[in-house]
Amino acid sequence: MSRELGDGHRRFLQTLMAVGITDEQEARALYQHCCDTHTMQCIPDKLDDFIEAINSRLQPMFMQIRKGMSEENGRQYYALVNMAETDITRMTSDYADNELELFRKTLDLIVSSENGKASSTDILNSTDTMTSKKLKKSETEHLLTRLVQDNWLCERRGEYTLSTRCIIEMEPYIRTMYQEQVKVCHICHNIAFQCQICENPSCGIKIHNPCVARYFKGRVEPHCPACDDFWPHEIPGTNETSRYQNNVLYLLSPTRRSEVARESTSVLVGLCSCRK
Amino acid sequence: MTQRKRLSNVQSSSQSKRQSNSFMTQEEDEDATFTQPSTSQVQRGLEKLTAAQVDQKTAEVVQYILVKDQKKIPVRRADLVKHVIKDYRTVYPEIIKRAMQTFEQVFGLKLVEIDSKNHMYVLVNNLDASTARPSNPKMGLLFVILSVIFMKGGVVRENLMWNTLKKLRVDPGYLEYVRVPHTEPVEYEFRWGQRSDMEVSKAQILEFMGQLLEQDPQSWTQQYREAHSTASSSQASSSNHR
Repeated sequence: MSRELGDGHRRFLQTLMAVGITDEQEARALYQHCCDTHTMQCIPDKLDDFIEAINSRLQPMFMQIRKGMSEENGRQYYALVNMAETDITRMTSDYADNELELFRKTLDLIVSSENGKASSTDILNSTDTMTSKKLKKSETEHLLTRLVQDNWLCERRGEYTLSTRCIIEMEPYIRTMYQEQVKVCHICHNIAFQCQICENPSCGIKIHNPCVARYFKGRVEPHCPACDDFWPHEIPGTNETSRYQNNVLYLLSPTRRSEVARESTSVLVGLCSCRK
Repeated sequence: MTQRKRLSNVQSSSQSKRQSNSFMTQEEDEDATFTQPSTSQVQRGLEKLTAAQVDQKTAEVVQYILVKDQKKIPVRRADLVKHVIKDYRTVYPEIIKRAMQTFEQVFGLKLVEIDSKNHMYVLVNNLDASTARPSNPKMGLLFVILSVIFMKGGVVRENLMWNTLKKLRVDPGYLEYVRVPHTEPVEYEFRWGQRSDMEVSKAQILEFMGQLLEQDPQSWTQQYREAHSTASSSQASSSNHR
């Protein structure tokens, strides 16, 4: 059912388009701000309804605002994604064919890993088996930097993981491409990369790190929810120790406006060359 | 849509263009051969297509323009026709009309032609600007400058801009605008007025500039020193002029 949108919806969408992904708290603040700016009613718990209205109008364009959990901090995020079924189309306009091939190889490594990470060494070595034009070492390193900058991958200590935005956007593609190979969290039923696995060989269920923290919180002796065996892994604390890697929502007005403003203040820039 | 009127002459005007301008690119050539279909042609074209097909093509156009806009690349009509519209040329006006509607209704954006010669389009914000007051220093200054231009009928020469900025609701005493002696043609200069010296904190000005240009106020060492010297800070109390 297609719903009528107000300027509040449009401002929300414009802002989300500019930042790409935002966490739940910021999304709520943005919702409030958009409603206030356009004197629309803002019912605190109705953010998802608000987004549903926008989604009903985005659907014909194969776009959606989707929600997903960060594997790093367990928080919920909203991202504007393309809903093409079988391809990584969002990337095809920004990356060459051989670069996309390397990205797919990185994806292979991450899916098949136990810890949801791919080392830069392994990624570099995977260029040996490329079928399209081989990437040199320097080109691969440059590509990886771009992939991090464009918020497809995250890097920490030489290891690469999928960004939250990447997981949200590519979940359908990943499920189709990898099918049984991809891990699924027993608790939240979403695809899982950075997760813990039940050690019982006839069980082997997977649980996201943040889902483990939530599920086993306060329990003296953790047991596998599926087979009841003792859960031997360290239960992550609920304190957020990982760094916030996605865009911070500091722009509540669309980026377009600030760019026009920047151009018009070029006069001032000239004046301010009297530095130091 | 004034577009349509202009475009019906595209073939004849571009042919003469081709003779005089040897730098025409291949894309401009293709654009020149794109004749805007007539209303009846569009109607007939639409009859041959399903609603789903037209919707799909509209969606592709919207996506294409959004991607280009995100990269701040203006959309050339020639590229749009070549890469996206393709076989749907006969219903091009209808597709564009629907795309424009989608931009307005869903995104609050307006697709505008910024170059009518080369047929280039950009997306601009269509949301009611009057409801959003300047939210940051950039917008504050922009609004002042825009108001000046608007009130002066759309164009303002540089010296008039400065002159008017001085007059624009700046209470007497905040700005000094004096003629520079022995200059021909006459030149003026702006200085801080007495009231500004007393009421406006230089430290706050630097902070404002820092926000405007996204720099650390300390990067302007001379001004920073002046702003934080005991003489100036004792003169100015905390300013409420922002």
